[in-house]
Amino acid sequence: MSDSAVEPEDVRHVASLARVDLDDEEVDRFVEQFADILDYFETLDEVPEVDSETDLANVMRADEVRDSLDQDEALRNAPESEAGFFKGPKVS
Amino acid sequence: MSHNAYITDERIESDDDGPLADRTVAVKDNISTEGVRTTCGSAMLDEYVPPYDATVVQRLKSAGATITGKTNMDEFGMGTTTETSAFGPTENPAAPGHVPGGSSGGSAAAVAAGEADLALGTDTGGSVRCPAAFCGVVGIKPTYGLVSRYGLIAYANSLEQIGPIAPSVEAAAELLEVIAGPDDRDATTREASEARSTSDTRAGEAREREEGADTDYAAAADGDVEGMEIGIPTELVEGADEAVVETFWDAIDDLEAQGASYHEVDLPSVEHAVEAYYVIAMSEASSNLARFDGVRYGPSPDYEGNWNEEFAGVREEGFGEEVKRRVLLGTYALSAGYHDKYYKKAQDARAWVKQDFDEALSEADVLASPTMPVPPMEMGESLSDPLTMYLADANTTPVNLANLPAISVPAGETDDGLPVGMQFVGPAFGETEIIRAGSALA
Repeated sequence: MSDSAVEPEDVRHVASLARVDLDDEEVDRFVEQFADILDYFETLDEVPEVDSETDLANVMRADEVRDSLDQDEALRNAPESEAGFFKGPKVS
Repeated sequence: MSHNAYITDERIESDDDGPLADRTVAVKDNISTEGVRTTCGSAMLDEYVPPYDATVVQRLKSAGATITGKTNMDEFGMGTTTETSAFGPTENPAAPGHVPGGSSGGSAAAVAAGEADLALGTDTGGSVRCPAAFCGVVGIKPTYGLVSRYGLIAYANSLEQIGPIAPSVEAAAELLEVIAGPDDRDATTREASEARSTSDTRAGEAREREEGADTDYAAAADGDVEGMEIGIPTELVEGADEAVVETFWDAIDDLEAQGASYHEVDLPSVEHAVEAYYVIAMSEASSNLARFDGVRYGPSPDYEGNWNEEFAGVREEGFGEEVKRRVLLGTYALSAGYHDKYYKKAQDARAWVKQDFDEALSEADVLASPTMPVPPMEMGESLSDPLTMYLADANTTPVNLANLPAISVPAGETDDGLPVGMQFVGPAFGETEIIRAGSALA
């Protein structure tokens, strides 16, 4: 999908990995735009390898029970729920 | 609202007495407000009502602020013009017919139009500084880790910070004092004074500061730039629009007349900042936005297909085109066989940018550049060409990659009357330095 050779099936494949349906016009536009954008990303090849000093420390807290959202609050924005559960489509 | 600055025009009053008791604050619509709809500018969250407040919203309420409503933004923060919002574009009050910048365009427009005294925006690659520059107001992108992101609906976690927008540097600094400080719900937050003392390279030797002065932001807005050394990265000035460059140098002359001096510096790494930023931001976005599946929130699926088909259908319906573009490109950059080529190289570029900035800031108090290389675009001009829009972020994205603080202050106007912003970048947790520099201009 680099060097401007972006095909409609490439866009459809990535869209299926990302779980986003696209209509045909979107696919056409993305084919053209992705070629430009990925060409531009190619210039990262010129970046040297850089040793970065990691400045990270673990942040821990005691494993104590705390208040959290109750079930009603957690479910309030769900389009569908049932018996205290989120309700989703069948998995397969 | 005439400029379409707000998505939800609902006041949240506070009875508390505090430093913001007589102030109104507009809040960007990706910051959670308990009981008040929070959309991220997306149809996906059209009806989403958070069950809790973001930490910054709690702090606004404790400080006595009245929240005026939730402001318009590019969908999920993805844009430079506030035109990708599912709720229509915002117009720039300071430049009619032009975009307000983005993605916090509604927040900057609300302040510029006087619809709120102050505002909160979020800055992932320039989203506070760009609209501040375009609308002729002040915006601060804090050091990564100064302000809690708890309750901010994530776009690219490793890059973003919540920051203040205000008519003056002093007012922005006052709002920063209210929202800054550690939060046990965001493990990346740090105590600024401690973090500063361990990383300080120049401030100690060259500019004596009192104990505790590192977090006294409003007091730093004293306009005193006598003896201040400003570094000017040539790469961030040369590519800019002529009218912007002219206004920039006029403002530098102004600072020189007030006792500051400047030297030019080379930051070769910033030539790769925009592509590194977009690879990292899109990659993080593709992962973050996986949560929008139509089950916990979002448009209601019809349950005819299986999980994957429903998931993909909800996301086609709920996401706008720019969001789809970034989720797809991020998915691609992280996919098998391409990770090393894009994501790993982008991390190298990020480390390089950080090194360049640290080095430049060891010989300067602040670095200065135009905030945006171009004046505000006309509305509708940039939507069809995403790459051109991305390139407008050339001067702001390096700062997010380097985790540093930056401020945008009004530098003047072009001959056509369009606002131009001046950006000052400071050392990590060196907010006082950029506030002091900015206060000499606004």
